[in-house]
Amino acid sequence: MTTAMGELQSVLHPAGADAAIVHQFSWVLFVGGAIIFVAVMALLALGMRREAHPVRPKLWIFGAGIAFPVLVLTALLTWSTWRSAELAPQTSHKALTISVTGKMWWWEVRYRDPASGREIVSANEIHIPVGESVYLGLTASDVIHSLWVPSLAGKRDMIPGRVTGLNLRADKPGVYRGQCAEYCGEQHARMAFHVIALPRPEFDAWLARQGAPAIAPDTTVLQRGRDAFLAHSCQTCHTIRGVTDTGNNLQQQIADISRRGPDLTHVGSRRTIGAGTLNNHRGTLAGWIADPQAIKPGVFMPPSHDMDGETLRALATYLEHLK
Amino acid sequence: MRNLYPQYGGVRAVLRSLGALACALLTSACHQNDASTESTRVPGGDPERGRLLTQQYQCAACHYIPKVQGVNGDAGPSLEYMGRLSYIAGSIPNQPDNMIRFLQNPPAVKPGILMPALGISEDEARDMAAFMYTLR
Repeated sequence: MTTAMGELQSVLHPAGADAAIVHQFSWVLFVGGAIIFVAVMALLALGMRREAHPVRPKLWIFGAGIAFPVLVLTALLTWSTWRSAELAPQTSHKALTISVTGKMWWWEVRYRDPASGREIVSANEIHIPVGESVYLGLTASDVIHSLWVPSLAGKRDMIPGRVTGLNLRADKPGVYRGQCAEYCGEQHARMAFHVIALPRPEFDAWLARQGAPAIAPDTTVLQRGRDAFLAHSCQTCHTIRGVTDTGNNLQQQIADISRRGPDLTHVGSRRTIGAGTLNNHRGTLAGWIADPQAIKPGVFMPPSHDMDGETLRALATYLEHLK
Repeated sequence: MRNLYPQYGGVRAVLRSLGALACALLTSACHQNDASTESTRVPGGDPERGRLLTQQYQCAACHYIPKVQGVNGDAGPSLEYMGRLSYIAGSIPNQPDNMIRFLQNPPAVKPGILMPALGISEDEARDMAAFMYTLR
């Protein structure tokens, strides 16, 4: 698992035009810096030889000390300014807009349903169509976070009370790992997410599925799981569309916005739980519900030590089934 | 180093060689012990493959398991000494066949248990059981 994750998140494997430019800058700086460093050390070694020839100081001071840096730095500045102008403009104009809110310690992701104009809420996974410009509208609800997907773009801070933006474009389909890049508290290290780039038809189909309410439970175990969800007041913090609906539209909207934890309507369709902390299956779901404080100490979710085995397993199975 | 007690020189030499012998005996005993448990307890089980499977299924979300990467959760008991415990889940005799059945479907073996069935196949369970017996 660790190696797979390592391959997914890498500044050395750009998968978008902007990341490729940043990648090129980095290599020019690393290699250029290394060559100059080696040359200076070689000169130093020559100068420290016992039988060193006397040098002409003026040539070295004006040549190597002034002219060389001026030439090299001017060339670098010109080149980097020209390359930076090729970075995608940071704008929501003609781009698919997705809003991402940083929370301690997970990511709320909102899409606009093209059919109804309604918001579709998910968490910890940003699905995007391949080859299209996507504008992420970023903010935070508690402290400053920073969104970073090294394979696709640079970092952008998420600041409470302000909206910042970042344009992404993935040139090939794939799963790209990202993480919070601004220390945000105890579980900053376990605040990851995945950008999943899909061909346009697959993206549309995925969005349509996410827009639908939760799959109804059709077996006794699943029904028992859904009943356990409500009986243990999970809906205080988590929305499951089609299950936690109150009937009153305004009340519903307020409840959906003010709930503390991620929307679980399609939790079973996600790759991980706990913002990249664990793979997502009924075993890890059960472990998480039983004691999230042991897995990710400090999260807002309390443990459920009092839940009996049948109920816990039914609840985990139900959540896994919410594809 | 200066020898402070020259009169004990002979005794020290004997003690040192006895110590070395004891160390050698202990080491060989330990190796023998490991070999017998790993190869005989679960026929056909590959402990290293089992360790990787245990990691892949993220058993460490609920259990403390040495040699397995993960979050080391505490919803389930520590498996640090699983190989030498008398019972699985506190009541089922700790034998390879029981372990393999338990890993595949815990609630079927012990109703009411918190641990869910994860869809582990029999071959996978055999390897994981082999790994469990290396935890001693």
